[in-house]
Parts: sequence; C-alpha cells; structure tokens
Amino acid sequence: MGKTFAEKILALKSGRESVITGEIVTVSPDVVMSHDNTAAIAKKFKQIGVEKVKYPEKIVIPLDHCVPAATEKYAVNHKEIREFVQQQKIENFYDINTGVCHQVLPEKGHIIPGTLVLGADSHTTTYGAFGAFSAGIGRSEVASIWATDEIWLRVPETIKINIDGDIPPEIYPKDIILHIIGDLGADGALYKAVEFSGKVIREMSIGGRMTLCNMAVEMGAKIGYVEPDEKTIQWLAARTNKKYEIIKSDTDANFEKIINYDISKLEPQIACPHTVDNVKPVSKVVGTKINQALIGTCTNGRLEDLKIASKILRSKKISNRVRLLVFPASMEVFAQAMELGILQELVKSGAVIMNPGCGPCLGAHEGALAPGEVCLSTANRNFKGRMGCKEAEVYLASPATVAISSLYGEITDVRGDLK
Amino acid sequence: MSIKGKVWKYGDDVNTDVIFPGKYTYTITDPKEMATHALEDLDPKFAKKVEKEDIIVAGRNFGCGSSREQAATCLKYAGVGVIVAKSFARIFFRNAINQGLPLVQCKEAVENISSGETITIDFEKGKLSCKKGVFNFPPLPESVLGILKDGGLIPHVKKILKIEKGE
Repeated sequence: MGKTFAEKILALKSGRESVITGEIVTVSPDVVMSHDNTAAIAKKFKQIGVEKVKYPEKIVIPLDHCVPAATEKYAVNHKEIREFVQQQKIENFYDINTGVCHQVLPEKGHIIPGTLVLGADSHTTTYGAFGAFSAGIGRSEVASIWATDEIWLRVPETIKINIDGDIPPEIYPKDIILHIIGDLGADGALYKAVEFSGKVIREMSIGGRMTLCNMAVEMGAKIGYVEPDEKTIQWLAARTNKKYEIIKSDTDANFEKIINYDISKLEPQIACPHTVDNVKPVSKVVGTKINQALIGTCTNGRLEDLKIASKILRSKKISNRVRLLVFPASMEVFAQAMELGILQELVKSGAVIMNPGCGPCLGAHEGALAPGEVCLSTANRNFKGRMGCKEAEVYLASPATVAISSLYGEITDVRGDLK
Repeated sequence: MSIKGKVWKYGDDVNTDVIFPGKYTYTITDPKEMATHALEDLDPKFAKKVEKEDIIVAGRNFGCGSSREQAATCLKYAGVGVIVAKSFARIFFRNAINQGLPLVQCKEAVENISSGETITIDFEKGKLSCKKGVFNFPPLPESVLGILKDGGLIPHVKKILKIEKGE
C-alpha cells in the first residue's frame, strides 16, 4: 500500500523508514515561525535555561499582529522582540514594514515543497499550498524547538478532497472553502491532513490555494496540502534558489476518506455569526445591513483579491454607511497595487487603505466595532468577540462579495445586476 | 492521581476567542490576570465563581480557533483541574498538556454529566464517576503523559536538558 504525503514527510523528518497514522513521532522542523508573540515565547525560552537558540537560521519572525504598535504595551512588546532577535542573531526578522506572516514567509522564499514548517499561529496551515507540511503549534512548543530543535507530532490520517467542475462566474476560492467548511463542520477534519486535489485545484492560482489551506484549520485540520505543480514551481522560481524535492501522496495511498465536490452550480457563500461553519449562500442573507467591510488578511489580502475588489468598485462610490478598510497582506502587494493604480481606484471609491498587517481581524486595533455593528470581512474567523466586541457581528465572504456589499451598504449577491 | 470537582458544562465548539479574547493577547501577560478573563465572552460568571479543581465539561471540538496558549493558561490559573470533552481541537490539546492541564476525551461521560454536579476522575484507572455512573476513558499517549506529569512542557524540557548535560 502506498503512503500519503503526511506519512512520508513525518517519516523523513523524524528519521524513520516509515510511520503509521496515529503514531506519535519526534520531528525536527525546517522552519519555525512566530510573530508578535515572540517576546512571550522568549520568556518561556529563558525558563528552559538555554543561552542560545539552537538553529537561528531556521527561525523566521515577521511582526504583523499589531503593527505599528497601538499603545506603549505593544511598543514594549516589539522592542523586546527586536532586542531578542539581535541578541540571538536571528537574521530572518521582518519588521512592521513587511506584512502578514503567512504572506511574507512564501514571498521571502522561506517556504519550499517537501519541508516541515511549524508556527505559533493557527493559520500556519497556509503554506501547505506550496506542498510543505505546515501546522500550527503553541508558544511553549516554539520555545522548546528553539532550545532542542525537536517536538512531538501525531501522524494524521488524510482526507482527500477532490474539487471538480466548471467554476461559475463570480465564484472564488473563498466561496469554495466556505462551502466545504459549512458542509464538513468546524471539526469535520479534526486532526486530519486535508489534501485538496482535482481539476479546480489545478486551475486555481497559488493565491487561491493559499486561501484554501489557510482556512483548512477552520474545519479542525492539522494541515492543508496542495500537490505542487508547474504553477508552484514557477511561483517559487521567482522567490528562491533553494533546492527542493516535491513529496506527494502515492496514488494507492490509504486515505481515510475521499470526498468529491462538483462546484459547477456553487453560489457565492457567506459564513454567518458566530461560527465559521455557519455557512449559507449569500442569497439567503442579502439585504443585511453592514457598517464595516474588510478586504485583506492572510486569507484574502493578495494582489488578485485587491484586483477583484477594484474591478467592482472602479468609478463608483461605496455606501456612506460603510467603512471599507483595505489591508494588503504585504508591502510587496501594497506596492504592486499602488503601481497598477488599484489603490487609487479603491481610495476614489471611498475605501481606507491600511498598512499591511492583521489589523482588526483579532480585535487588537485598526477597526474595532461597536455593539450592534455588523462587519463583512474576507478574514478567516467570526467567533463572538473576535473583532473586539462581543455584541458585534462578523460575516465572512470573498473579496468580491465584500466589495459589492460595500457599494450598497448591505450584503449583496455579486452575481446580481449592478444597480 | 485523581481529581474531584464541581462541573461547569458547555456545548460544542467552545473557541479560544471566547475563552481568552484576542484583544488581550499581547496586553495581558501575567497568568493570574489572564485567569480573571477566562471564558469571558462565553460565560461572564465563570472567572468570578470558579473554584480550585472545578472541572469543565464540554462537547465537541473544545478549544477550536486561534492557537493562543493563553486559552489553556487562563483556565489553568483560574483553578480548573481537568477538562472533559467529547473532542479537543488539536492546538488547544497541545497547549493544555504543555501547561500541565489534564484532559479527558470521553463522549459518553459528557452526555451523562450535568452542570453543577460533582464528579471524580481517576487518571491511573481511566475512570470517570458521576451521578449517572462510571465511564472509562482511554489513557493519554505515554510521551504526552510524561509532559503532563512534569507539570508542562517547559519544566519537562528543562529536566531533559539537565539530564543530557549531566551525562
């Protein structure tokens, strides 16, 4: 019987001939990531009693969750991180002018196929789009890896999700993944490796694959994975000279489940308050008034997302009831959007262009909500209080849905005629 | 090792945003202060009324969402002795173990426990006793138990490194 990607890579990274699902193995990661939580991790690291991190070259640290620092407390947090990376000679440090970790790591060439990436952030699953085994872990674990270069992982079973069909107009990767999460539920892939495959995936952009793998954690997945192909190779060629080996599941691998979706008739989808799996077709909630709209985050803050938004908003004005905040996921995306005139179009429509970072996604800063307000966002979570106010409501959708809804001040089906 | 405590019962998908809101994630760093915000957005009574060795009993996918370790830390420092759930989200599972907070996965037991009752858990025997009966639960994997027994990952790693140095 063949092996899955997860079985192969965890065998490789634990120095074993082969491993079986359910087994606990000790692995050494190729890359370990943290962000604004690095200072807290450094405090735990100090408690271990080791002077220096074992392999500073494996560590990548972008600042993104609260940038620039919102208050003195946040500024002190950042200052401690800068001092730590200097002291430890960690070169892969990206300050506030770079962007969101899950966009920055691939952009800066830190992610290649066939590697093990662990990060102190649940959306570390994003890098599975490049054929890496990439999972979120806790702060104490990152400190432990800094000291020992080792951590335990359970070998996950794999769920293969084939996505086929012809993509209808105005249907985007975000709609596809929301549909899948709504179908399987918040724990539908609990502890599993989720492999996305099929015609739709082959035709999907790298950015779209990142959206899928990013959101995989919202159905409980340990990792998301897309088998690297020509698109991946070309994307990476512009970013890194590192040699890599593409590791993929054997065709006769033992998948726990194979689920097939034909999305030829898919409608735009929306996650309604207060869970990510509370997914409905947009058509069921049209007319819901919104106060704030967010286009950005690690899920949908890429150039292709901003392009879609600007196409919809070009030469039009958003509703004066709506605050539209746009967060390009990185400075590189920001610069490209600027060059292409996208940011100008968005500004003219009434959007507020923000600096690359996580912004209000986790309720820290840059767009808090008031009780009773409704935010429509391209982010990945809408739990109660997620954006800082537990009496506010958050809906999640594609950049297209968010853009069109900003025009009318209410949740709108992007397929409808523009009024 | 056994624990006896009063139950706080919750449903499915209790996520880390309601356990420890993201707006505090970089501003509250003291574990005792974290404890005062535990479960704030789900049950405002909890942090004020929870007592040492109280037990949280919950449905599926406990601790889903953000990887923030504070979700485990705040519950530990609030005095929670153990969490019993039908299933745990994986990063929360890791964080709880790493904070020395024991976990029990037992669907049947959860379905038969009521909020406010006192239950007993025997970890060695893998038995949970409540009003409606005694339920067996599978032991945690050895390596994971090792971390728990040492009081969490940091003391566990410290111990291992000290042993290695001594050789």
